[in-house]
Amino acid sequence: MNAPVAQLEKPIALQAKDFKSDYKPVWCPGCGDYSVLSAITKALALLDLRPENVAVVSGIGCSSRIPAYTTCYGFHGVHGRALPAATGLKVARPDLTVLVASGDGDGYSIGGNHFLHACRRNVDLTYIVMDNHVYGMTKGQPSPTTEPDWSSKLAPGGTGLREFHPLVIALASGANFIARAFSGDPNGCAALIAEAVRHPGFSFIEVLSPCVTFRPEQRGWKDAVHPAPVAFTDDPGRAARRIMTDDGFNIGVLYKGNRPAYAAPASKGGSVEDLDKAFQL
Amino acid sequence: MKAKPKPSGQYADFMARAYTIELEATERYAQFAEQLETHNNREVAQLFRKLADIEALHAKRILEEMKWPSMPALPPAYAWDGVEGPETAPFDSLHYLMQPWHALEIALRCELEAQRYYEGIAASAAPRPVRAAAREMAAEEAEHVSLIRQWMQRVPQPKADWDADPDPPGVNG
Repeated sequence: MNAPVAQLEKPIALQAKDFKSDYKPVWCPGCGDYSVLSAITKALALLDLRPENVAVVSGIGCSSRIPAYTTCYGFHGVHGRALPAATGLKVARPDLTVLVASGDGDGYSIGGNHFLHACRRNVDLTYIVMDNHVYGMTKGQPSPTTEPDWSSKLAPGGTGLREFHPLVIALASGANFIARAFSGDPNGCAALIAEAVRHPGFSFIEVLSPCVTFRPEQRGWKDAVHPAPVAFTDDPGRAARRIMTDDGFNIGVLYKGNRPAYAAPASKGGSVEDLDKAFQL
Repeated sequence: MKAKPKPSGQYADFMARAYTIELEATERYAQFAEQLETHNNREVAQLFRKLADIEALHAKRILEEMKWPSMPALPPAYAWDGVEGPETAPFDSLHYLMQPWHALEIALRCELEAQRYYEGIAASAAPRPVRAAAREMAAEEAEHVSLIRQWMQRVPQPKADWDADPDPPGVNG
């Protein structure tokens, strides 16, 4: 028997598993990114979204594989260029919820400049960076967030270079929401992602996501992380002091700003042919 | 037949927690099975699949006992002592060369944690029906501990160099 029309019209609430595609992740066993994928799908279910209303955009690297593992629209783009692609998409299709996935190499080195300007533009995006302080996909080179004294065959004695501080950079550049999460807490991470999506403007979540292959010592992160001792602030000065002086393992929302999200000027309409004409030399 | 505690708000909340514990454990074991299937460690993948099925059965039993048709799609994340439920294996417990004994060792730790969790509630000042149910669950977990210990005796213990790989993924390995 057919279901009554009223029942058919009411969309069925989706579960986290409905946001997972049939493609099986190929990360190393024990990788933190599995839990981030789980957190993203839980967050989307929590937000009562539907896959056809969400786009996941990424660059290159282990973490950037995420779009293929979801049932949402996905764009696995160019190294470091996830944010420009996502910005274009969100401006053209403000009705979509756009998540951007990246890693510490893709997001802070190759795409470092785009990171600054995405924060400054404050387009309504949620930027999830899985930070494991190493280039995992290319076999363990130091990344911008690698500790200066981390010694390996590829960087004997360490790089001696001071680490990049993504949260402070995000704050200084104008990000409207800043949080730190831990992949070992997928439920907590899901809640933070959902909160970031709900907050208008550019939301940045740094997810500590251990690389068990090249940085096995990061298994110790689960003992180091702890909830942020104080509630978030909307005062950038106070947030800067807190973020600059914390131990790097404070988990939670650290800053929530009040800047209005970028709104694209209303489109004048026009056909694709009109657009083509504008680009003709 | 054993008399069941009279359902109350706190009892239902306790059972919802118990259900969430089983559900989280099921999801994690299934995730582990998937990871090891991808990495062609089929024997351990199969074992994790079996553990996931066992935990799923426990979850189903709770639903049946409570006469709940289903739980919300995303049960609320409770404030566990750790970041996840007491029976959930840590996400980073895997190694691509691990053997069945290692998987059982993980399961043993999880069952022991769950047993301790329920024993704690049974010894607490919680309402009597909750304490009674917690005692029952602690006893069940103790039975699982003993079953896993027996299971571990039937699988070979790994050699000292079980994780030696002549072509390791890490250049520092």
